[in-house]
Amino acid sequence: MKNILSPAAAAALVPDGAVLMIGGFMGVGTPERLIDALVLAGAKNLTVIANDTARPGIGIGKLIDARLVSKVIASHIGTNPETQRQMIAGEIAVELVPQGSLAERVRAGGHGLGGVLTPTGLGTPAEEGKIKLDVEGATYLVEVALKADFALIAAKHADYDGNLDYAFTARNFNPLMAMAGATVIAEAQDIVPVGTLSPDQIVTPHVLVDHLVAKEMRHG
Amino acid sequence: MDDKTLIARRVALELKDGMLANLGIGLPTMVAAFLPPDVTVSFQSENGIIGMQPLPDKGLVNPDLTDAGGSPIGALPGASAFDSAFSFGLIRGGHLDVTVLGGLEVDEAGHLANWMVPGKMVPGMGGAMDLVTGAKRVIVAMTHTAKGAPKIVPHCTLPLTALRSVDLVVTELAVIEPTADGLLLREVAPGVSIEQVIAATSARLIVPAHVPEMSL
Repeated sequence: MKNILSPAAAAALVPDGAVLMIGGFMGVGTPERLIDALVLAGAKNLTVIANDTARPGIGIGKLIDARLVSKVIASHIGTNPETQRQMIAGEIAVELVPQGSLAERVRAGGHGLGGVLTPTGLGTPAEEGKIKLDVEGATYLVEVALKADFALIAAKHADYDGNLDYAFTARNFNPLMAMAGATVIAEAQDIVPVGTLSPDQIVTPHVLVDHLVAKEMRHG
Repeated sequence: MDDKTLIARRVALELKDGMLANLGIGLPTMVAAFLPPDVTVSFQSENGIIGMQPLPDKGLVNPDLTDAGGSPIGALPGASAFDSAFSFGLIRGGHLDVTVLGGLEVDEAGHLANWMVPGKMVPGMGGAMDLVTGAKRVIVAMTHTAKGAPKIVPHCTLPLTALRSVDLVVTELAVIEPTADGLLLREVAPGVSIEQVIAATSARLIVPAHVPEMSL
């Protein structure tokens, strides 16, 4: 059986200055109870690698609201005026990465690659500071791999061992980040007995998951 | 017909049966509603689904099933869901037939700027750079001017979205095709004169002897 932690105990693992990958796309597929516990725990100067910072009061937006984040690596912050305000005020550093390049950087980090070559971003501000390579007649940008101290994952189901599957568009960055975090904490909508998930259904195998966030009895 | 509806209806005629298409948030999303009845298109949303459809009823909302703007959607029979790396593999890997995006500027080289205004708006590029770089065909759906100022310009003054030239620009006044020789005026909107289009455009336009009216 996997290590089962309360949201508070899971959040307490995260120290000041930690680098976090957090799943989700506009808050969809973001481990919301873990985020709430992080806000209460109050670890500061966090670096957050995620698709976006959602909106104020939603998902990663709660960490921004609580001023716990000093750096964001994301594909957009356009839906969160508070992230933009903190960026303009110099309180938070924002590195914007094209969404497909961000996904590949996370994938590369989890797959033992140094990075990937992509044509995306050439001739735009996204190429600043990056190496360009000519390979077989085409020019590419080198997008280097990303890793994190923690990956905070949201899943549809987890079994007692930590095997995970995902629902619809809540999958997004979650399975990629589950490969790229040194410590992986998964929060599932439902925890089910081992054997309930078929081998073909499991997207993230249990060996990648270090901790499951506990559920509480609740009806209605 | 308002301007946005006209643009969406004209863009819809560019979508062909069997295509995989990605529509940007806002005006481009309206295009799906104007497909001819005999045309079936698969719509991708880059947050990880092929086979999205408008939510049939608000009561059917599923918090795990949304479009790239985070709004609830439905899914058609045969829809599939996948992670973000796969989703952008579809986009960059030559599997996406067409993308329709909004624009802030398009220039004589067909370059698009649509993701930031330095000093004013720094939202981030999201998926736009991958979409313009990777889709087989890129269509810009935008209003011809912004507060009276032309958006089709000699050279983009805003940061580019990609080096790749877009394939077609559809506005409420005209259909314009970037070519190796420059911007070709292909069609004018109903009731709009060539002179009106030229007056609203600061880029040089190539005007053929006959410019047909959009057939909507």
